[in-house]
Amino acid sequence: MWALRVVIVCVAAIVLAAGAFFFLAWRSEIPEDAAAAEATFAPELVAKGAQLAALGNCIACHTVPGKPAFSGGLAVPTPFGTIYSTNITPDRETGIGGWSEEAFQRAMNEGVDRAGRHLYPAFPYDHFTRVSAEDNRALYAFLMTRPAVKAEAPQNDLQFPLEYRPLLAAWKLAFFDRGELEPDTSQSEAWTRGRYLVEGLGHCGACHTPRNAFGAEDRDQYFSGGEAEGWQAYAINKDSKAPIPWDEQSLAFYLRNGWHEFHGVSRGPMAEVTGNLSGLPDSDIMAIATYVTSIMGDPTPERGQRAAELRETFEGDYREQAGDSQSSPVSASGGSPGEAIYLAACASCHEGQRRQPFGGLNFNLSTAVNAPNPQNIVNVVLFGLPPADGEASAVMPPFRHLLSDQQVADVLAYMRERFSEEQPWAGLVELVANTRSGAHQVTIRPSDGIERAPHNVGAEEG
Amino acid sequence: MSISLTVNGRPHQVDVDPATPLLYVLRDDLALNGAKYGCGLGQCGSCTVVVDGEAVLSCMVPVMLLEGREITTIEGLGTIEEPGPLQQAFIELQAAQCGYCIPGMMMSAHALLRRNARPSDAEIREALATNLCRCGTHMRILAAIRRAGELMQAASLPKADKGRAG
Amino acid sequence: MGILQQEITRRTVIAGTGGLVVSFSLGRAFAQAPAPPAPPAPPASLPGSLDDDRFLDSWIRVDPDNSVTVFTGKAELGQGIRTALLQVAAEELEVDPQEIEFVTADTGRTPNEGFTAGSQSMQNSGTAIRNAAAQVRALLLAEAAKRFGVAAAELRAENKSVLAKDGRSVSYGELVSGQMLHVEAQPQSALKQPGTFRVMGKALPRVDIPAKVTGRAAYVQDLRLDGMLHARVVRPPSPAATLAELDQGAAEAMPGVVSVVRDGNFLAVVGEKEFQAVSAMRALAAAARWQERDTLPDQATLPAVLQGLEREVGTVAEAGVLSSNGKVFEATYTRPYQIHGSIGPSCAVAHMKADGTLDVWSHTQGVFPDRGAIAEMLAMPEEKVHVIHMEGSGCYGHNGADDAAADAALIASKIPGKPVRVQWMREQEHSWEPYGPAMLMKVSATLDDQGKIASWAYDLWSNTHSTRPGGAGALLAARHKAQPFQPEPAELRISPSGNGDRNANPLYTIPNKRVLWHFLPDMPLRVSALRALGGYANVFAIESTIDELALMAEADPVEFRLSHMEDPRARAVIELAAERFGWDKAQMPRNRGRGFAFARYKNLAAYLAVAMEAEVEPETGRVRVARVVSAIDSGEIVNPDGIRNQTEGGILQSISWTLYEAVAFDRTRITSTDWSSYPILRFASVPDSVEVNIIERPGEPFLGTGEAAQGPAAAAVANAIRNATGKRLYDLPFTRDRIRNAVGGA
Repeated sequence: MWALRVVIVCVAAIVLAAGAFFFLAWRSEIPEDAAAAEATFAPELVAKGAQLAALGNCIACHTVPGKPAFSGGLAVPTPFGTIYSTNITPDRETGIGGWSEEAFQRAMNEGVDRAGRHLYPAFPYDHFTRVSAEDNRALYAFLMTRPAVKAEAPQNDLQFPLEYRPLLAAWKLAFFDRGELEPDTSQSEAWTRGRYLVEGLGHCGACHTPRNAFGAEDRDQYFSGGEAEGWQAYAINKDSKAPIPWDEQSLAFYLRNGWHEFHGVSRGPMAEVTGNLSGLPDSDIMAIATYVTSIMGDPTPERGQRAAELRETFEGDYREQAGDSQSSPVSASGGSPGEAIYLAACASCHEGQRRQPFGGLNFNLSTAVNAPNPQNIVNVVLFGLPPADGEASAVMPPFRHLLSDQQVADVLAYMRERFSEEQPWAGLVELVANTRSGAHQVTIRPSDGIERAPHNVGAEEG
Repeated sequence: MSISLTVNGRPHQVDVDPATPLLYVLRDDLALNGAKYGCGLGQCGSCTVVVDGEAVLSCMVPVMLLEGREITTIEGLGTIEEPGPLQQAFIELQAAQCGYCIPGMMMSAHALLRRNARPSDAEIREALATNLCRCGTHMRILAAIRRAGELMQAASLPKADKGRAG
Repeated sequence: MGILQQEITRRTVIAGTGGLVVSFSLGRAFAQAPAPPAPPAPPASLPGSLDDDRFLDSWIRVDPDNSVTVFTGKAELGQGIRTALLQVAAEELEVDPQEIEFVTADTGRTPNEGFTAGSQSMQNSGTAIRNAAAQVRALLLAEAAKRFGVAAAELRAENKSVLAKDGRSVSYGELVSGQMLHVEAQPQSALKQPGTFRVMGKALPRVDIPAKVTGRAAYVQDLRLDGMLHARVVRPPSPAATLAELDQGAAEAMPGVVSVVRDGNFLAVVGEKEFQAVSAMRALAAAARWQERDTLPDQATLPAVLQGLEREVGTVAEAGVLSSNGKVFEATYTRPYQIHGSIGPSCAVAHMKADGTLDVWSHTQGVFPDRGAIAEMLAMPEEKVHVIHMEGSGCYGHNGADDAAADAALIASKIPGKPVRVQWMREQEHSWEPYGPAMLMKVSATLDDQGKIASWAYDLWSNTHSTRPGGAGALLAARHKAQPFQPEPAELRISPSGNGDRNANPLYTIPNKRVLWHFLPDMPLRVSALRALGGYANVFAIESTIDELALMAEADPVEFRLSHMEDPRARAVIELAAERFGWDKAQMPRNRGRGFAFARYKNLAAYLAVAMEAEVEPETGRVRVARVVSAIDSGEIVNPDGIRNQTEGGILQSISWTLYEAVAFDRTRITSTDWSSYPILRFASVPDSVEVNIIERPGEPFLGTGEAAQGPAAAAVANAIRNATGKRLYDLPFTRDRIRNAVGGA
């Protein structure tokens, strides 16, 4: 019978597919290494691992603010539900204390845990697969010498059927390009090193490249801007909206110090990145800048022209007064409600004489005002930049209790019009309302970036 | 320009440049001492007042944004003769040295305790994240805020009991 | 200003009659013994500040309406001294504290007690008031005895009255008459016995707190005089800048602006309302062109700079012969410039009156010295200047108070007839207050076979720690005038209480030692007294070294200290702090450590020992002190809660200095000009608990307390980090970068 044949073929196909899928999805367990947590490592290896862990910003996702470093449990919101980061301290029961180096290497390379389970790509193994075995060894040495902390991460809370991990094998088949990068002999040593750092442990693309419907980085839009923790990660390719384009020097300075005269201070999740990069040698920072600026390419002549004018205005000797670093608007009689608020509440610092990083950035230099999505500037207006704890840092007070949704929208619309040549932003009021209410979740950190006291995370409004 | 303000429940008309920060209006036009100038930059919290139930830094707020809003300063929490629970707690625990930062601390605490009369230590510290104290009175400030929460609860309990009994 | 006239008259009268009394007694001496005139014997030394202001009614006045007024030349700086002194007076006078009118530092009314500084108020003023009060009580009792016809011993004083056993009573007001209290104090007083105290030794609530927490006027910042104007100063952008060009037209045209004041490099604007003055100040600042010069040292090589500034060496202590036999420990420690950082920027009100006298309200620590300096700056006779202390924000030493007073005085002198209030901006306070000096300390110490310290060589490099007025040259406004006053040259002086060398001589038993102060007269950054002066850095260096020597001797740090300490009171605080902390040898959890330190402030004031538990996060370099236990011996206790409050505060402030604080500058300008660029302790890093244990010493002299914690707390932090990480930190402050660099990936 024709129908029977169809059924047989279908069943066979399903069985075959299932078998193939099982073959594809199945990963062996690597036996627990009872001695792993007690192993000793050369101090130089551990020190190198510390640098690499800082580059990888491991601590950011694997630590709940205020809890012991690397003990996991941080909720990472994704479009598919909430994933909780794992404990990567060498605790035998709840951490990676029983992991051999082989198991660790495999996790970094393949995104599979010691027991053979596929890991969600919230753990950016699509980048970490580029990391050399040698660097992984140092990372392993570093993590295995951290204090062991007993801490069980909460269960992930994902949409059906995503809790079923073997499905991840299919995801990997479609989107995961395993292994180290091919050398590009046409490029300089610095560029190659930069690419290794950026593409590998640095995993810059995890935030700065947009993701497709399956949560994978869209390689066709490499570095054209993404999202992290409620913040926009700006485009860092030719689409960069920085009024004065980044160059190697300015980018390296920014990554080294967390701020730049023409670009302001790093904030949101980027603050933690620049905070952690302070452990890296200058040569690596320069290499990252070399590679990333090569992706950005040269600015268009129009952009270059405008930048030259801005440089002339903002370069050189500010007449910063020790006496009073602010300057005052003459009056609040702005033509529009937004202008009035800007002149009375914003201009005193943002048109002041105080230099970066402590003064308000002049909005003529602001990427945020020029960004396609106003989320970042909304976040900063509502929540400010909280002071760092015991470290010099830029501070801005929050305005969420002072400005209504409409007022925030008014002032941002005014600023967009005055300081940018881009189209007006749409839907401002709603965006502000959702950010304020917490419907859109935002992580708030001080600008020194490594603050992890409990009060610094999360929009307070429920 | 004339602006109408409600401070500690009382309406006021002030004739000032609308860009004037609230702090200067409170001190200069309304002769209130509670809010203090500390930095004018939103970094230290000594100018903290409560606006519609939330702690805000009065040195950074142009007064034009406050038309029709309810402003509370420390003068609104009670008097020497009849101190409110926060004031009572700060006196009881002697939570001041020079005392300059204390009104700002108390207003941050007031906003917190209105929402939550039994805050955890971490919640109190979070509410005071902006407020600086140079004398090192921190331990007493934390204790006084906990104590004020207790006093507030104690004050509200009899009412609740009465409600149940009736 | 009737009151002032009256008060000035009163002081004048006292001065005059003082002379009369002396002649009178001389006259009597002549009458009784008609011998050839001999030079009068030097007067007997009197207790505390009585020695300088010898008449009882300079300190205590009882009026016929039975009101009691007590005067002190000391000022409330937020340390609670008003309450403690009031307790002393109330105790010995047998009057309730709330019945006493208490007058603090006022050149028109109170004794001249110099500066309220050096933790000496209880030792000096407290002792004076206590003895004066006891003697006033004795005079009143004697007068009542005369009236009742009974022996004074039969009477008792109580509640502003003298009571007889038969029920008769007479109030103090009825007993006083004429010049009864205008007599010189005696060297000896019949002080009350500690067992009979009603007020002293008790935690009397601070009298100033209720006003402060209810928004009453409590500070000079809150002073509002009729017709008062508001001024703001425009300071130069850098210490050596001079005003090259000024277009003041725009500022003058602004609403409410009364006047722009310029005198050389001194520039200010006066407005009707405060924010008008602020706005005009900004406009004026924008319209000023300054000629700047790079006069500041290279911050990166500061230790070498300090050594290069050495011009003179003073010997602080010397004993035995130094040697380098045995185990040697050598180290170099540094301390940066640090700020006082009052939360309320400095403020003053001044009023040049029609009669040519000048009133100045200031939170200065010394109304009399400040009066002298202001008078000199304005070329006025001293008696025409009246300086009244009003509280400001806590000062912790010589901050901008005197300078703000001078600013107000100079501005007021140019617009006579109107009171003028000046408040500094935050950036001005950070940039222009005199800083706590940077210091360099080198130690070379040896241990003998028995694990005892055999030899101790200690060298410190420091400016003076006091540039208080003094002359007008100590005031910024006077230095900026067109006819500028120069600061007095600094001089090396070795004294028992110390300056830069404060606490440089360790109290431990060390047979061979040499302590030298390499004196730096030039001050590339303006410096002056910051709480504890050199004691902060010296104790940090000494107590860090003691811990390293204990490690070398394989001894417990507490036991090692005790084995080198003879003073029983020092031993007692060390033992008590260790016991209450639960000091033991048990292994702490990883990255946690405990640290101990001790010092007797100035080697002659309060004894303080402190134990701390700290946690270090190697990944971020962040240090948090989790738990603090201290023990203090301040001699006889007047207000235990005051001692506790001051000690808790000192510990937390020192933790902030030690972990976070350093003035930043380039070659021209100060760059740490606010709290974002000069961070201090915030609540997230405040310890879980701070405990202060007081050892009571009834009948012993008062010992200065307010600065005792600064040095030991710093050293305890350093020692706890050492214990937690195995790394010794030598350079203050212990920033995250420094911790991370020291700890590395370990």
